Amino acid sequence: MREITYLEAVREAMSQEMRKNEDVFILGEDIGIYGGAFGVTRGMLEEFGPERIRNTPISESAIAGTAVGSALTGMRPIMELQFSDFITIAMDQIVNQAAKLRYMYGGKGKVPMVLRTPSGSGTGAAAQHSQSLEAWVTHIPGLKVVQPSTAYDVKGLLKASMDDDNPVIFYEHKLLYKTKGDVPEEEYHIPLGQADVKREGKDVTIVATAIMVHRAQEAAEELEREGINVEVIDPRTLVPLDTETIIKSVTKTGRLVVVHEAVKRGGYGGEIASMIAESEAFDYLDAPIKRLGGAPSPVPYNPELERMHVPQKEDIVQAVKETLNRA
Amino acid sequence: MTKLSLPENVTNEKLIGLYKQMWLIRFFDEKVDEFFAKGLIHGTTHLAVGQEASASGPCAVLRDEDKITSTHRGHGHCIAKGADINRMMAELFGRATGYCKGKGGSMHIADVEKGNLGANGIVGGGIPLAVGSALTSSMKKLNYVTVCYFGDGATNEGSFHEALNLAAVWNLPVVFICENNQYGMSGAVKDMVKIPDIATRADSYGFPGVVVDGTDMIELMNVSNVAVERARSGQGPTLIEAKTYRWKGHSKSDAKKYRTREEEKEWRAKDSIKRFKDVLIDEGFITEEKAEELKQEAKKEIENAVAFAKEGPMPGKEDLLTDVYA
Repeated sequence: MREITYLEAVREAMSQEMRKNEDVFILGEDIGIYGGAFGVTRGMLEEFGPERIRNTPISESAIAGTAVGSALTGMRPIMELQFSDFITIAMDQIVNQAAKLRYMYGGKGKVPMVLRTPSGSGTGAAAQHSQSLEAWVTHIPGLKVVQPSTAYDVKGLLKASMDDDNPVIFYEHKLLYKTKGDVPEEEYHIPLGQADVKREGKDVTIVATAIMVHRAQEAAEELEREGINVEVIDPRTLVPLDTETIIKSVTKTGRLVVVHEAVKRGGYGGEIASMIAESEAFDYLDAPIKRLGGAPSPVPYNPELERMHVPQKEDIVQAVKETLNRA
Repeated sequence: MTKLSLPENVTNEKLIGLYKQMWLIRFFDEKVDEFFAKGLIHGTTHLAVGQEASASGPCAVLRDEDKITSTHRGHGHCIAKGADINRMMAELFGRATGYCKGKGGSMHIADVEKGNLGANGIVGGGIPLAVGSALTSSMKKLNYVTVCYFGDGATNEGSFHEALNLAAVWNLPVVFICENNQYGMSGAVKDMVKIPDIATRADSYGFPGVVVDGTDMIELMNVSNVAVERARSGQGPTLIEAKTYRWKGHSKSDAKKYRTREEEKEWRAKDSIKRFKDVLIDEGFITEEKAEELKQEAKKEIENAVAFAKEGPMPGKEDLLTDVYA
């Protein structure tokens, strides 16, 4: 199969959809001739023109609200939010408008839009351009939340998000943009709410999101050499969450480590841990659930500090061993 | 023949209907006020008694396919865009037969199929939505116009600035109607805005801003018509500032300490319904008797709406989780 990058997979999913469906368009800052801050839309202006690759003023509230209003009236907008941190400025339109219109209106009207946005640290962009704020939006009924970790997943999940009739918050990880993977040329659909077992194992379950999926897999390889057999699950979508796959895995292994980059306190890992605690898998637990997440500080600038802020492979290895009393 | 200059699509019949519509708006809100006072409906509500012309005037020149976005003070906009008052009243009573199946209440009445994209509980929240609706019209070449209602308070929100600028640079078919009723809750507009006319803010976006007497139906229809036609013909947005007044308080518990009874009296003397009636009688469209008949019809329809509302079933537990996702 052909190998392309995560970034190219995002672009390909959008381009294929836009060739088929006139109602799909993109709006956002610097997405035209510049090609977007990370280059995701590069070349799309040339193919689709300025009517459908709509470069906007620096007005996140208006961009989001315009996406919502156009979705409510029959378009299927893709909004590119330049950095996921900027959702603060678009928050009213996402939380109070996009998420709630259908319910408030008693089921009349729908808001089929995708808000695509790069998140995560590791680029030295410091505290206002490096956050992972996905837990905020998972708290809001009416929104769906997607966090792909591979080139293959990002294409199929973006297709499913564009096909969905609800507002979908789609988190792309900056450090994953350049990672490569096997991606079919044709369109395909990965249903929202279907986790992927990235590695099968029997001793410990790791549930990891976004870039942490890769770190968890590296940790699993290292642990394998020590005879510890780890299962790595990527939920892929946080809302809806595939609870069944996670419960099944924990029931099998009896041990759970949850890893995400977002600050641990109030992070989505708490939701996954609670879900397990409330499920039938609780009775199978042989050790306390471990959660790994970002440190309780803003993301620092200095590269060493920045690295220390988020879980690394060695932290995951350590956490797994702790659940096995082998630390 | 009348000397009145009116928009072409405002027929004699429509004029008479508008007079009744203004009474419907007033009686609707007065009835809601009464029920809140008696504790018959719960939650909160924002009444637009006194602002009937700024609701009816702009909608009077719209086509069925045109759209509006409304505000927390939106019952009048809803009626002006052709909503069924029975279902509106049922919504305020929290019934399953209401516009939102009892899930939205006063601040969220919408009728998407009729082009009412909804009231909004967030001040300024509907302005970007209107721009999005206008973008759909422009991209799909549907030729409809979106009228965006908001109050003076909303013009100090960031969303106002962002949305008006975006509508300007994309030259979208949208008409912004600022109903300046002199107060954002308790904040007097003269204390919150340094310039005498909010309409002049349009200068900074590069499209026309017009001040109108918000109690003058005829002027409102004419000014709105120019703006709507301008938008429809691809010349972009207009900001209309309708200077008006809400006769009642901000919401159900408001002692109105921030304004004087004299000021209220002065504005009540400029009653938009009475002014419109006088014009209609002077110009020979209706007689005093006909005017009274229309008023009584409106009153009766509101009573019928109340009866409809009270008869409706309440939503049940099975409705709690429906409509969250499409």
